[in-house]
Amino acid sequence: MSYFVTTEQANQVLSKLLETYDVYAPKRFPKQGRFSDTDIIRYAKVEKVDDIVYDEKSDFPAKEVINPIQQAIFYFTEDEFRASKGHTRPILLFARPCDINAQKVQARIFMDNGGYQDLYYARMRELINFVLMECPGGDDTCFCCSMGTNKTDNYVMAVRFGEDGLKVEVKDDKFAPYFEGAAADDFTPKFVEENQTKVTVPEIPDKDVLLALKNHPMWREFDKRCVSCGACTIACSTCTCFTTRDIVYGQNPEVGERHRIAASCQIDGFSDIAGGFGYRKTAGDRMRYKVLHKFHDYKVRFGEDMCVGCGRCTSRCPAYIPITATVGKMAAAAEEIKKEQGK
Amino acid sequence: MMNNPVMPIPCEILKITHESDLEWNFRVKTDVKPAPGQFMQLSIPMVGEAPISVCGAGDGYLEFLIRSVGKVTNVIFEKKPGDTLFLRGPYGKGWPVEELKDKHVVVITGGTGLAPVRMMLDKLYEEPDYCKSVHLISGFKNEEGIVFHDDLAKWEAGSFETIYALDRDEKEGWRTGLVTTFVKEIPWKEFDGNYAVVVVGPPPMMKFTGLELVKNGVEEEKIWMSFERKMSCAVGKCGHCRIDEVYVCLDGPVFNYTKAKYLVD
Ligand SMILES: Cc1cc2nc3c(=O)[nH]c(=O)nc-3n(C[C@H](O)[C@H](O)[C@H](O)COP(=O)(O)OP(=O)(O)OC[C@H]3O[C@@H](n4cnc5c(N)ncnc54)[C@H](O)[C@@H]3O)c2cc1C
Ligand code: SF4
Ligand code: SF4
Ligand code: FES
Repeated sequence: MSYFVTTEQANQVLSKLLETYDVYAPKRFPKQGRFSDTDIIRYAKVEKVDDIVYDEKSDFPAKEVINPIQQAIFYFTEDEFRASKGHTRPILLFARPCDINAQKVQARIFMDNGGYQDLYYARMRELINFVLMECPGGDDTCFCCSMGTNKTDNYVMAVRFGEDGLKVEVKDDKFAPYFEGAAADDFTPKFVEENQTKVTVPEIPDKDVLLALKNHPMWREFDKRCVSCGACTIACSTCTCFTTRDIVYGQNPEVGERHRIAASCQIDGFSDIAGGFGYRKTAGDRMRYKVLHKFHDYKVRFGEDMCVGCGRCTSRCPAYIPITATVGKMAAAAEEIKKEQGK
Repeated sequence: MMNNPVMPIPCEILKITHESDLEWNFRVKTDVKPAPGQFMQLSIPMVGEAPISVCGAGDGYLEFLIRSVGKVTNVIFEKKPGDTLFLRGPYGKGWPVEELKDKHVVVITGGTGLAPVRMMLDKLYEEPDYCKSVHLISGFKNEEGIVFHDDLAKWEAGSFETIYALDRDEKEGWRTGLVTTFVKEIPWKEFDGNYAVVVVGPPPMMKFTGLELVKNGVEEEKIWMSFERKMSCAVGKCGHCRIDEVYVCLDGPVFNYTKAKYLVD
């Protein structure tokens, strides 16, 4: 069932929803952007429809709500670990198709990989209800259509924002009562069918081609260009990597918290081990590791590519390295190698 | 309440044996029953966690040979019997013990690489009929680096064919040279193809031993290696141990050489 609600009506619906749900959506934080006089758009709790930024892609992904940059996973004393308390209220999470599909990608790692289910991700996902924000078209960094992540049916409601109000499709009947008395509409969300930017993911038929691709000179370009800041992985909709760190309370060294903190494979030290051994010591090698994971390795393990084409890594990179061009170069290198190896 | 696969469990330290200055064997009370070659996460609140191979098991206890190299391991070295260590696991896939049955087994270790195979070697020692023969090449950097003195002596006196070596130094009854030097002394021809090789040590040692084995005509699919990678979670979530589509904490640490040789970081 679909409805049209005026902005005023929508605010009434939202306040009713807030009695039961926490509502998270992209929100504008003025003058917190990377350059002077620019804003930042990131996920935060919202209480008014006007707070929701719908006409621009958020700088940071929806994953931050489910899988924060930093969280306490245990409280400990000298003789006991106790799992931290999780969020308790159910959540409505406003997200575009790329961000919703990104959770399919994260879930394969957090919920399934190796048969271990991560408590912290699982307990948060149980509370999440996606509200699909119809995507008005993205920007010049988007390539969701190339990745097949432009569509989704994983939502309880879908919305199209307009000047005078919102169109809402209620897919999960438990939300229908909130719209009692609203005008009926025939709205169903449309999905972006073509992006300005397109990407061809290379075919890597076997381990010998992969090995040659890892050693291809194309990666050396990034030794100088990439500054290894890790901004791309923090902004990425699907990156999951983290490090564990213990934090002691100042006054009482006997008790503290074990934290999970987002980690980046683009930063030196990600793979250092005892005895002075480490892997991927140059920015180019780390770039190769990231790009092959997003566009090859993950697919070998889980059957689909890891990247959802949100373009955020491109937007956030201080060295202006576009992921799409890098994948293009990798595809060309793979073709060259296949020809050499007669494949 | 959902199950939490990263929950550390308090366990009592029963005994600490100094194998060398920097490598001590910690016996810890627990009923967990790991397979040979698996590892556990050892944890100290306020400091952190470290993945450590299980190097021995007995009734109600496990043993860990720990090398003091940093934050967590240094604090573990301050512990005394009766103190608490936190454990979680076991994790990973261990040695293919079934594969070794009725075969000639060759084990090549570098330094503390002996720890992850000790539990398996003990089994082969206790059950001499399990495989046809056991050849053990164990190399150490120098005299101070030798660990498991008692086990080395026991295995040598028993049914194992042993070559013990120091990299450069001389020691009575021991050989001098890198383990790779002794690969050709294994009577490969006599095995008639019925053998399995286990290699574990620091990354360069494993790499060169692999190449040397292949040079001596050893078949790749009969070689097994144990990998060490940075780990934070041990349950396939944190990403630190990943190489290509492989998670060392889940799919390893033990790999067949046909797979291991492609695991280039
Ligand atoms: C499967 C596996 C089995 C292992 N078995 C043993 C064993 O039986 N005995 C033993 O003494 N050690 C073993 N290690 C290595 C041991 O985990 C590290 O030495 C230990 O984590 C270092 O922790 P730390 O806090 O004391 O050192 P840190 O202060 O963290 O660092 C010291 C050095 O160790 C490196 N390091 C940090 N974390 C790790 C890590 N998770 N893995 C490897 N290196 C790391 C650092 O980069 C640094 O170079 C094993 C590692 C793995 C992955
Ligand atoms: S790799 Fe870049 S484009 Fe792909 S999901 Fe991550 S941030 Fe988005
Ligand atoms: S690609 Fe760009 S954002 Fe990513 S680490 Fe390199 S410089 Fe930083
Ligand atoms: S150690 Fe975390 S994924 Fe393997």
